Amino acid sequence: MKVLLRNPRREIDVEGGRSVDRLLDDLGLSREAHLVIRNGTLVPGDARLDDGDTIEVRPVISGGAC
Amino acid sequence: MTAVASKCRVCKGPAVIDLPRHNAKFCAEHLQQLCRRQMAKAIEDFDMLSIDDRILVAVSGGKDSLAVWDMLIEAGYHADGLYIGLGIGEYSTDSGGYVQRFADERGLHLQTIDLRNEYGYDVPTASKATGRVPCSACGLSKRRLFDKAALDGDYDVVVTGHNLDDEAAVLFGNTLRWDIDYLARQMPVLPAGNGFPKKVKPLIRLTEREMAAWCLVRGIDYVVEECPIAAGNRHLSYKESLNAVEATSPGAKASFYLGFLERMAPLLAGRSAAAAGELNDCERCGSPTTTEICAFCRLVEKSSEHEPVPVEMLLTRGGKVRRR
Repeated sequence: MKVLLRNPRREIDVEGGRSVDRLLDDLGLSREAHLVIRNGTLVPGDARLDDGDTIEVRPVISGGAC
Repeated sequence: MTAVASKCRVCKGPAVIDLPRHNAKFCAEHLQQLCRRQMAKAIEDFDMLSIDDRILVAVSGGKDSLAVWDMLIEAGYHADGLYIGLGIGEYSTDSGGYVQRFADERGLHLQTIDLRNEYGYDVPTASKATGRVPCSACGLSKRRLFDKAALDGDYDVVVTGHNLDDEAAVLFGNTLRWDIDYLARQMPVLPAGNGFPKKVKPLIRLTEREMAAWCLVRGIDYVVEECPIAAGNRHLSYKESLNAVEATSPGAKASFYLGFLERMAPLLAGRSAAAAGELNDCERCGSPTTTEICAFCRLVEKSSEHEPVPVEMLLTRGGKVRRR
């Protein structure tokens, strides 16, 4: 499945058949600091991601509050 | 095949997000309900806003400021927006576009101030000219211009989109340094007085993740890319540290910050008044200051005389900002 990552913006191919939480763990990303969007819809941590899905992993931390 | 995952705690419909600190999952509708209730509680607990107030929302194009503007309008408040063009290259151009589209699509009033056009400098140039770190030059400029716009426009209150993660990170930094004066001032409401407008932070009970989710389920398009200058700053490292704690102790950030407001801040209240000190009027702009000429006027003078500095000059090859 195609996975869009941000900061910097890039796309990677990842094998499907895993949960959102598992994908974040495999990518070494904090669950508290990211949301996952599957085929345009926000999904929770136990949602299953499959080959053929288009995924965006969106970081939510911003540093402009200082 | 795409399987349906877990269910909303309230309606048992398909959940879109899990919030470990609430030990629950929510659908889009009940996520919004949670956010509305948390904002309303913050406003009520700290007497932030009245329904008749004329509100000026400081908007950056990011998720938090657009979310709070959206939430206030939805809740029936009269809120205009103020965007400041900081001159941080493409990032500022993109951010301004998101804000303008948000306002246009909803028929909201937006005031825009461009630092380069109206004051003869931008943030990268100010950083170079004054020796301040970029976030310091940016923060000083924004605070001064928000104050001025609110007073000139006769607004009752300035709203900013600072959320629970922002406030917990600032509290973490202030606590690491035991900076008592800063701790005493770290309140979600700064009352009007001494030439300053009232300033409030209605999102202090909501996390960054919840605000980003609000924008997604409401169809709010915001600038996702991080400010290139803010990348790698200390504030971000504090947030990462707190998120590491939150991962093993859900609710730790809320407990840390909201517990501070409830149990520690009252003990520091006297200190806050004493720390305010004597203020006089800036000789140039008339703003309240502890010196003859205020920090903003000094920054404008140095920066507007300096040759423009492109944002790329502040970054290393790895894309990180050069720190002094």
